[in-house]
Amino acid sequence: MDLEKLRFGTELIKRGFAKMQKGGVIMDVTNAEQAKIAEEAGAVAVMALHRVPADIRASGGVARMADPKKIEEIMDAVTIPVMAKCRIGHIIEAKALEALGVDMVDESEVLTPADTFFHINKKKFIVPFVCGARSLGEACRRIWEGAAMIRTKGEAGTGNVVEAVKHMRLMNFAIEKVKKMDDTELNEVALSYALPYKRLAESVSNEGIKLKDDDLIYEEYTFEDIVKGLYEVLQEVKKMGRLPVVNFAAGGIATPADAAFMMHLGADGVFVGSGIFKSSNPPEYARAIVEATENWRDASIVAKVSKGLGEAMKGQEIEKLAEQLQTRGL
Amino acid sequence: MKIAVIAAQGDVEEHVVAANKALKKLGIEGKAFATIDKEEVAKSDAIILPGGESTTISKLIHKSSVAEEIKKAAREGKPVMGTCAGSILLAKHGDEEVRKTKTKLLELMDIWVKRNAFGRQRESFQIKLDIKGIGDFEAVFIRAPAILKVSSNVDILAKLDDYIVACQQDNILALSFHPELTDDTRIHEYFIKMAK
Repeated sequence: MDLEKLRFGTELIKRGFAKMQKGGVIMDVTNAEQAKIAEEAGAVAVMALHRVPADIRASGGVARMADPKKIEEIMDAVTIPVMAKCRIGHIIEAKALEALGVDMVDESEVLTPADTFFHINKKKFIVPFVCGARSLGEACRRIWEGAAMIRTKGEAGTGNVVEAVKHMRLMNFAIEKVKKMDDTELNEVALSYALPYKRLAESVSNEGIKLKDDDLIYEEYTFEDIVKGLYEVLQEVKKMGRLPVVNFAAGGIATPADAAFMMHLGADGVFVGSGIFKSSNPPEYARAIVEATENWRDASIVAKVSKGLGEAMKGQEIEKLAEQLQTRGL
Repeated sequence: MKIAVIAAQGDVEEHVVAANKALKKLGIEGKAFATIDKEEVAKSDAIILPGGESTTISKLIHKSSVAEEIKKAAREGKPVMGTCAGSILLAKHGDEEVRKTKTKLLELMDIWVKRNAFGRQRESFQIKLDIKGIGDFEAVFIRAPAILKVSSNVDILAKLDDYIVACQQDNILALSFHPELTDDTRIHEYFIKMAK
């Protein structure tokens, strides 16, 4: 093959990969056996983890990228794409996952953040990224940084869908507003969405070092570059009437009805974390969630696949959590 | 003209948009739409199987028995196009990965497919292809399959080294890549013209 004519890692290829996941269910797995169960049930991809979020939450401590040996084991076990999580901002974990040949990297709040100021500049990678977002602002920032897929930041490991629903509704309402905005209004929104990138520079300035307009405040970008970039993302949102990348539901989805509900709210597909392998019958649960996601419009199918499934994972109320993972990363 | 895009899983909407644009360009009255309904598929004039995960799509179309309708339509001579995962499902002969995952194929074309022939996502690429009957075309390959060989009744439309990446058997079209991801609608136009 003439390698010079081939182009790798373009936006089209990265966003295209995410589009191939649409209408599907991506399942968290912690070993080869679980990965095979997921594939047999019809998962479109698996997320290779050391522990599922419910166990990460229970065990406490710093949660990091999974052991590459474990990820490779899972990659060898299945033919569908394998994703893996890196910590927010941890460029080297992401590079390591790319080197392993992982098909998509999740820069995830479920792991302990490595950088309180910034997310990874994902444009510099060949591997596509998925990132969490609680609002349109977070989504636009991640898309500008190069994310090929967005997902809600529902509270992982709780089996409680309420936060994922909240994020999807917030995003939908904001998109409806953006659709009606003129250029001046879009620019104002872009300016406001760009503010979190200033936090590092402002901390330094608070100590007495003066800032200039042409300071590079994030990677090779000035504040003005960032505002312009976010303005362009917002223009795409306005033109398309939706996020310009695939938008999945994630966090707290525990039942087939939860999955169908998220699809009803406009999700392009669903991530299921602890919900499957913390249920009483993982293979059946996995199949049922796949069918409910595809047939979310047909309540009779959702009812049918939900019959006699056994117990769903035990859920948790958000107010009673020691820490909300979704607040990690702005 | 009614074009059914099988909405089991994958980039269904992109095909709907591309096919509708192609219809408009050709000045043909008609509509492309997403569906998984057996009757709607039976009533359509052409069928598109989109890209996605072949393991997932296969399970869903066989479970809802829409698979039978696609086969029937193909035998009646209606145009059927499969892109990427869709092209795998059209084949009579799968590779080791198809066997290992027990993926049921529609067995409509005398072709031998290989899943993930070019590697994982980081090996996914785009390239300008020369396609018979179409010319230069920017083709996007995403964890793409390839067609290793075909019977003599299958027309090879494009190759990439030794791999066949586009071919046609009478009314059925198989592509390893994703014409629905770019703005170029010439392949969809070609497909629509097959209906005549």
